[in-house]
Amino acid sequence: MGQYRRPPVAVILMVWPPTAMRPANQGQGLGGNVGVLPIVAGTGRPTREAGAIDHRNRISPVVGDQPALPAEARSGTGLAGTRWIARRQFWADSRTPVNEMATVGLFIPCYVDQLYPRVGMATLELLERAGYEVVFPEEQTCCGQPMANTGCSADARPLAERFLRIFSPFDYVVAPSGSCVAMIRHHYDEYLAEVPGFAELKAKTFELCEFLTDVAGVTKLPVRFPHRVGLHQSCHGLRELRLGSASERVEPPFSKVRQLLATVDGVELVTLQRPDECCGFGGTFAVAEEAVSCLMGEDRVADHEGAGAEVLTANDMSCLMHLDGLIRRQHKPLRVMHVAEILAGYPL
Amino acid sequence: MHDAAVDHPKLAAEFTRDKPRAHWHDATLWFVRHKRDKAAQSLPEWETLRETAGAIKAHTMAHLADYLEQFERAATRLGAHVHWAADGEEHNRIVLELLEQHAARRVVKSKSMLTEECHLNPFLEEHGIEVIDTDLGERIVQLAGTPPSHIVLPAIHLKKEDVGQLFHEHLGTTAGATDPKYLAEVARGHLRDKFMRADAGITGVNFAVAETGGLIVCTNEGNADLGVSLPKLHIASMGIEKLIPRAKDLGVFLRLLARSATGQPITTYSSHFHGPRPGGELHIVLVDNGRSELLGSDDFRRSLHCIRCGACMNTCPVYRRSGGFSYRSTVPGPIGSILAPARDPAKYHSLPFACSLCGSCTDVCPVKIDLHHQLLTWRGEIAREGHLPATKRIGMKLGRIVLARPWLYKLLGAWARRIVPRLPRILVYNRLNPWGRQRELPPFPRESFRDQYHRRHDKPRQDTDRHS
Repeated sequence: MGQYRRPPVAVILMVWPPTAMRPANQGQGLGGNVGVLPIVAGTGRPTREAGAIDHRNRISPVVGDQPALPAEARSGTGLAGTRWIARRQFWADSRTPVNEMATVGLFIPCYVDQLYPRVGMATLELLERAGYEVVFPEEQTCCGQPMANTGCSADARPLAERFLRIFSPFDYVVAPSGSCVAMIRHHYDEYLAEVPGFAELKAKTFELCEFLTDVAGVTKLPVRFPHRVGLHQSCHGLRELRLGSASERVEPPFSKVRQLLATVDGVELVTLQRPDECCGFGGTFAVAEEAVSCLMGEDRVADHEGAGAEVLTANDMSCLMHLDGLIRRQHKPLRVMHVAEILAGYPL
Repeated sequence: MHDAAVDHPKLAAEFTRDKPRAHWHDATLWFVRHKRDKAAQSLPEWETLRETAGAIKAHTMAHLADYLEQFERAATRLGAHVHWAADGEEHNRIVLELLEQHAARRVVKSKSMLTEECHLNPFLEEHGIEVIDTDLGERIVQLAGTPPSHIVLPAIHLKKEDVGQLFHEHLGTTAGATDPKYLAEVARGHLRDKFMRADAGITGVNFAVAETGGLIVCTNEGNADLGVSLPKLHIASMGIEKLIPRAKDLGVFLRLLARSATGQPITTYSSHFHGPRPGGELHIVLVDNGRSELLGSDDFRRSLHCIRCGACMNTCPVYRRSGGFSYRSTVPGPIGSILAPARDPAKYHSLPFACSLCGSCTDVCPVKIDLHHQLLTWRGEIAREGHLPATKRIGMKLGRIVLARPWLYKLLGAWARRIVPRLPRILVYNRLNPWGRQRELPPFPRESFRDQYHRRHDKPRQDTDRHS
């Protein structure tokens, strides 16, 4: 992991154009960042369609905003004085300065976009605080997993193709979902195997927690969440992306999600009877096999409840949507939260 | 013969209706899975064993024709007779002919999923031959008049009360008796009589060694040995995928098989048969029945690596909560959901969808079959062959149309978020909404993520001020 390395050209981009050449008012128009933005480091290709650039202007390089920056933070200040530097202080021991200019294409799964905006915002904030420039490409919708998992390859293909087009320009692609990332990493081959840029896309697409641990090198999250938390290890993150050890396999125990949660002040992780059983969501399975799906969900909820969890968390909101549906119908005292919300310091 | 399609969701829903029983079924199989975990964890080299077993099988499948011929030569040299059956029908005919040649009217049979697959029992019974399954679990389901619900634990769906009742009706045990020891003792007596009077013994085959021509049959009850040691005629039915190249490969598989199946280090009996016993006859029936077709498929060839340990059933959260009969297939569970549609995609189209794609089966499989990926591949095949229900087909097409157009996606999303929360409950939660039968819908927030993102980024100055 973390094999993606920025080519040396990035260094040039960091200091070009000189701050003096930039318009003072970054809030209007595209001018301010064009010297930096239209080039992907090392490739000389245009970074992204003009439409995607505008929101980057919010990063307002007003020199002097950061009077007391230590030299280490100032060294990579191509966009001098931007907010992410301030953030970097907050997360000081989180990462090395290698990726200071790296841009993350924020991939927010369609149902998270529409139904769980808080999860999207938490992801955005986490990535920004970790020192990345984060861009949400407006044209994105869905990775096509529902179609692919139903066997409708013809319907999934165009979505895979547009996903590649939309996310190719970024240094990294990060999503708060193991399932959607697994779709790109393990199931897009069927549609894009020979397409230029796909191998790169696969290599630079990460689930949020693995990005924080493996790429950003986050070791400590300076937030507090004083609650008893049950971690549901969503299957695709666990068994497709290997974010943790699976109970079926003989391997040293680890979990990238748990590792991050454990650094949050006040979190008490409860011990479950079945550490990694499926919740029963399974996409269209949740509807097509409603009876089994709900029984599976009930059993998961009961396990967390029995372990004394107040909050049930996971790195896939789809599992939580299903479990929360059962919890609310049965008026259980449990609450669900995406792991990004906890890591970003959102309250219960 | 045209069979009606298996409706797994419906059969599974029926199974879950008796919730305490469904929970009991789940817990019983989870117990087996848990025992398996402990057995696997006791071997630090577990993952290497799995890797090796998968590689041996892949190699064998790549040279299957050669190894089969080698096996035939070696087995013949040992004095066994080797028969080739293209399908189940031919297999049954061969077995019947052999029995008739030996004037055998009473047959004892140890556990064999292949003979289940070929429906040998009803065929022989039609021809006036008594077939007694001698594995206790198999005998129980035989008395119950049902197929097995699990390939290793045939009667796992029955509680001891059910068995007590069955034995009371068929074997004359005391009414209401449920003591396992008592029931097993009666079954032993009953089966002992059948063994003594048998004219022929039929066994399955767990492994056949190409190099030596030997067969290995694994049982916990010794019923295979007893069944072929008393009568003169031994018929061994085996699928052509049961081969392994060398005797020394056997250790890899024997270490994996019982640990994966029940968590035992090894089955109580691993019986080796090298040619007929003195004065007896050994006939080996090699059965294809669709296997060479799988062998020719890049997508599904690996399903032939299966050693029938049943671990994927024990771990499958769907199988545990829907029961073996909901698959209506000789081999149920994840591996069965790959094998059954290969036989008849129209009939078994719902099986690859009886899966949440959790991937537990793939991780538990001792020969590293990528079960859940093959199930996913089957879904594509089923869609291509036009067996997908219209709701899914149209739904996915509409999904694609909307999701390929951001403006339409945003518009419909905004409408849904605005309208759904305002609808009267009865319009949202009704028969047309399977999600809402037992679950609440997710909350419909006023703003989407992208709305909030824009609001945040359209006011960069204020934003910066706040942070400075």
